[in-house]
Parts: sequence; structure tokens; C-alpha cells
Amino acid sequence: MRGMTLIVKQITNLMVPSILLLGIYVVLHGHLTPGGGFAGGVLIAGCFTLLILAYGSERIKSEAKKMRASLTESIGIFLFWFITIIGLLNGTYFFYNIIAKTNPGEPFKLFSAGIIPLCNIAIGIEVGAALFSIFITLAILKVGERL
Amino acid sequence: MTTLIILTILMILGAVVALESKDVLSGIISLGIIGFALTINFVLLKAPDLAIVQIIIETLTLIILIAAVLKTTREETAEKYGIKKIVLGFIGLVFIVVFIYSSIKVFNHLPEFGEQSLRMAKIYIDQGLPLTGAGNLVAAVILDFRGYDTLGEATVLFTAVVGVMAVLRKVGRKRS
Repeated sequence: MRGMTLIVKQITNLMVPSILLLGIYVVLHGHLTPGGGFAGGVLIAGCFTLLILAYGSERIKSEAKKMRASLTESIGIFLFWFITIIGLLNGTYFFYNIIAKTNPGEPFKLFSAGIIPLCNIAIGIEVGAALFSIFITLAILKVGERL
Repeated sequence: MTTLIILTILMILGAVVALESKDVLSGIISLGIIGFALTINFVLLKAPDLAIVQIIIETLTLIILIAAVLKTTREETAEKYGIKKIVLGFIGLVFIVVFIYSSIKVFNHLPEFGEQSLRMAKIYIDQGLPLTGAGNLVAAVILDFRGYDTLGEATVLFTAVVGVMAVLRKVGRKRS
């Protein structure tokens, strides 16, 4: 896949930081505003997809290999499962929102709602890396390569 | 309510055009009408969470589909009108009539649009903020009351990515 023209590259340079910032905002404020882990994760994955479409797969290949999309996705799902068993480790049941019970933050502030923002962050990492690794597998992987 | 009905009719028309058009690219673009009209429907029904997810996913899938079409063919292969197609069309027509008849009967028993009919939903709406502390009630439902669903969903996505990578990889395969 080759890159596109200079106009597309310049617009991509301007847009990508704000799209990435919006994705991170949507993930972090998932328990306060519309959005959450899935929407924010897809936004982050779309930002990297835009970079590959604009600059072409050959140029971005060395950078994309350093990002280790598959490993990041595994870390995300592992984090989610670990958050769910925090309740078990503390002597209650599975998926228990123990942080909200013992240390409830002020409602409608960023640090509130216990494990819900932590779950959102884990889902955001997992979904973003998953969609990006599917795209990158379809786009750049050649014979005998591993991501 | 009128806007919803107009948008729904537009979605059905877009689906028909996408099925019937000879050019694959215009078919995909009219497929996009369905997704974006659905986004406006979600906003009108006051579901911004779904609208955000819908508009992002729709844009990404449209980009990937258009990229795939531009790399392969644009002309759809023509089909002949034989006896098989007439029989299949007749069966489809019978199914549509039965479906519309039974859905009219079912919709008469449903509660009015926007009225709450489930006792669980009332508990969620009243007790969501004090029980979980999350300002966004949707997040409270999908990650606290109904957390197992989300856990399974994330695991299914992980499994799907593992499957895609296992199919597309070339390492460890025997040479044909």
C-alpha cells in the first residue's frame, strides 16, 4: 500500500493529535460522559489506521513493529480479567466493585465509581490494540513475518 | 417521531439500492446511508453512547470496504433470471407477508413507546448513582450491574483477533 499526496499527509499531521486526545478523553471519562472503553478504543485504533492510510505501509512498517499491537492487546485483556478478580482477592465475590464500597469518590468527579474507570481503561487498551492489529495484519504482513 | 419514520424509510431505501445497484462502489456508499441514518436515530432517541460507537465503526468499515473495492473489481457479475430465482422470490414474498402479519399482532401487545415496562430498569435508574457512584448510567449498567456481558464481549474480541492472526500468519505452515 503506497502513501497518498502531500495534502492528505499534512491534514493527517494536523488531525491525528486531536483524534488521539479525543480517544483518550473518551476512555478516561467513560463513567461521566457518553462513550467508554469501546468507543475510545476504536477512536485510538482509527487514528493509527489514518496514519497508515496516509503514509503508506512501507514507511510505517518499522514503527508499527515496534508498537507490538498483539502484545498490547493481550496486556489489555489480562488487565481486565485481573480487575475482575480484585474482589476475590479481598474476600468478596467475583466482579465486586470493592473500591467504590471502601473508598467512594465524590460523584461526577474523575476519581469516582471504583473499578469502572479502571475497567474502561483496560477495555480501551484491548479494543484499540485489537482493531489496529487486525488492520495491520491485513495491510502489511508478508510471508514469514510475525507481529 | 415523524423524523424517525422518515429516517427509517430512508434506511430501507438505502438497503434496496445497495442490493440492486450494478456498481459495487455505489452499493457500498448507499450502505453507508443505513449506518449514518441509524446514528441520527440514536441521537434522536437520546442514546449518545450508541451514536458515538455507531458513527466511528461505520466510518472505519466504510473505509476498509472502499479500499477493498478499489483494489479488486467494481463491476458486479450479472445474474440470469431463471425458474430458480422466481421460486426463491415467491418464497421470500410469502415469508415477508407472514412476518408482517405476526409482527402487527406482537406490536399490539407491547407497551407504549418510551414507557417503562420492566421493574429491573426502574431499580437501575433510581439506584444507579448511589450504588455504583458512576455519573453515566450506561457505564454503571455495562460495567457493574451487567459486568459479565462486557467481560465476555472483550474476551470474544480477543478470541476473534487471535483467530484472524492464526489464519493470516505464514509462520509454521508447511509449504504447499
